[in-house]
Amino acid sequence: MSTSAPVIATPSYEDATARYEAVIGLETHVELGTASKMFCGCATVFGAEPNTQVCPVCLGLPGALPVVNEAAVRFATLIGLALNCTIASWCRFARKNYFYPDMPKNFQISQYDEPLCSNGWLDVEVEGEIHRVGITRVHLEEDTGKSLHVGGATGRIHGATHSLVDYNRAGIPLVEIVTEPDIRHPEVARAYVDELRELCRALAVSDVRMDQGSLRCDANVSLRPRPAAGQPDAPFGTRSETKNLNSLRSVERAVRFEIVRQAALLDAGERVIQETRHFDEASGRTSSGRSKEEATDYRYFPEPDLTPLALTSEYVEALRAVLPELPAQRRARLVAELGYTARELQEMRNAGVLELVEATVAAGASPAGARKWWLNELARRASDAGVEPRELAISPAQVARICELVAEGKLTDALGRKVVDGVLAGDGSPDEVVAARGLAVVSDDSALRDAVDAAIAGAPDIADKVRGGKLNAVGPLVGTVMKTMRGQADAAAVRRLLLERLEVS
Amino acid sequence: MAITRDEVANLARLSRMSLSSAELDALAPQLEAILGAVARVAEVAAADIPPTSHAVPLTNVFRADVTRPSLPVADVLAGAPAAEEGRFRVPRILDPEE
Repeated sequence: MSTSAPVIATPSYEDATARYEAVIGLETHVELGTASKMFCGCATVFGAEPNTQVCPVCLGLPGALPVVNEAAVRFATLIGLALNCTIASWCRFARKNYFYPDMPKNFQISQYDEPLCSNGWLDVEVEGEIHRVGITRVHLEEDTGKSLHVGGATGRIHGATHSLVDYNRAGIPLVEIVTEPDIRHPEVARAYVDELRELCRALAVSDVRMDQGSLRCDANVSLRPRPAAGQPDAPFGTRSETKNLNSLRSVERAVRFEIVRQAALLDAGERVIQETRHFDEASGRTSSGRSKEEATDYRYFPEPDLTPLALTSEYVEALRAVLPELPAQRRARLVAELGYTARELQEMRNAGVLELVEATVAAGASPAGARKWWLNELARRASDAGVEPRELAISPAQVARICELVAEGKLTDALGRKVVDGVLAGDGSPDEVVAARGLAVVSDDSALRDAVDAAIAGAPDIADKVRGGKLNAVGPLVGTVMKTMRGQADAAAVRRLLLERLEVS
Repeated sequence: MAITRDEVANLARLSRMSLSSAELDALAPQLEAILGAVARVAEVAAADIPPTSHAVPLTNVFRADVTRPSLPVADVLAGAPAAEEGRFRVPRILDPEE
C-alpha cells in the first residue's frame, strides 16, 4: 500500500466475522528428534556453538553423498499413521532450488509431488465441539541454516549490512504437515496446533518446543462473504501466508489480525494480495514480506543422489501396531476411568499438568486430590518460577504421597503446601520433610487442648460473645490457636474443639 | 524446443546472474541446442520403459541414526569467502522486497 492510499476503516473482529467467513489452512514444520541429521551423521543438539555440527554432506561439498536416516523415515511414518494418512508405497525426494544462503548447496532436499503421507485428518476439540481438519500431506525434508542479520535494527533483514549464517540446523530432519483449508476460526487453528503438538509428543518423535523452533507454523488465511440464506458458499478469496508463528497464542492472534485486515481491504473495495507476511509479536500485527514466488520457480526435480523410498506394507503395519495411545484416546480414557469432566480435563491440559496428574493418580492419589494439587498449587509454583510444571523438582509419586497424608488427616492443606516447599527446596521426600520440619498435624493431644484453653483465657470478651451464640466470633480464637501450634493443626478440628470447650456445640 | 530470450532472462534472475543484452541473445540459441540434444532421449523412450530418476535400481538405502564426528569449525569456514564469529559472512541477504 502506498502512503497516498486512502485510510481504510478497520472493522471490529466481531463485525468482520459477521460478514465474512475465514478460510484457514495451516502448514506446520516439526523438527524430528533424531540424534543425527537427515542425510548425514552430524549431531542435532540445540544451542551448540555455530557451525560445529556440520560436515561435507550438509555443506553440499563436491563428492559428498547423502544417505537417508532410517529413524527420520520411521518418525514421519508414525506421524502419518497417527494422522490417519495413507503411507506411500513408493516416493522420492526432490531438490527445491533457490538462491538464499540459508542452504549452502543452493537447494533444499524436500519432497514435491510424491509425499510420504497423504489424505489424513485430525480431530480438534474446541469448547466441546469436534472439528475435523483434513491433512493434505506430510512430507519429509531437511531444515535450513539460521541467519543472523547484522547492522539493522534488532536482527531484522531490513537495513542490515551483512548476514552471518550458522549451518548447524541445516540438514536436521523436518516434516511439513499441510492441512486442507478446513479451518474457519482462529481458536480452531490454535487448537489444531496444540493437538498436533501433543500428538508428536505422545509419539516421541520431536520435543515440539515452539520457543526453540522445533515446531513452527505458517497460516494461510483468506476471506469470503457469508452467503445469504439458502445460497451456496462463495468461492475462496485470495489468501495471505503468515510465516513462522512460534507460539500457540501467536497462531490465534495472527489469524485474527489477518481476518480484520483483509475485511477492511474488501470493505473498501480493494484486493487482498497473495503474499507472504510476517507477524510481529510486540504489536500483534502482520506486515508484508516477499511476494510469493511461483512454485515452478523452485525448479523441483527428483534428487539424483538418493534412491526412492519404497516402504513395504510389513514395515508400515509394524509401525501401526506400535502406535502409542494418542492424546484424544487418552483424554477419553481419563474421562471414563477417572471421572473428570471435559472442562476439568481442558483446564489440566491448558495448565500443562495432565500427564502429571495421570501419573500422580497412578502412584496412588485420588483423581480429585491429584488434580487439585497440580492445578492449584504446583501450576502456580511453576508459573512463578517461569518453568513448565513437569520441570518442577517434585515427582508425581511425591505429590501422591502428600495427597495420601492429607487424605489420612496427617497433614492439612496448609501443611501440605509447606511440605511442597520442602520438597521443592531439595529437602528430600515428603515424609523426610514432615519429619525434619515437624509438620505433622497435631489433632487431639494435650498440647492442642492447652493452646485452646490459653486462647479462651486470653480473650474472655470473644469467648463470651461465642457463648452468647455468635458462633462466627470464634474465628480470632482459631487464629490464635493455629499460631500457637505454628500451623500444625487442622483448623476445622481446632474450631470444633473451641466450640466444645465453650460449650456451644 | 524454442527457448526465448525472456526465459533466459528469468533463469538468470533466479540464479542472481547479471547478463547483458548481448549475452541473453547469445545464450538463448545455445540453451536451445543443449535441450535439443537432451530431447533426443525422448525419441528412444517407449511405453515399456518406465521413467527413472536414478542410475541404479535400488530403493530404501538407509543409514542408522548414529552420530559421527563433524568437521572442525576451522575446516568448515575454510570454504567461506568470509567468516565472522564462527559463522559464514555473506553479503546483506537479498532484500525480499527487491
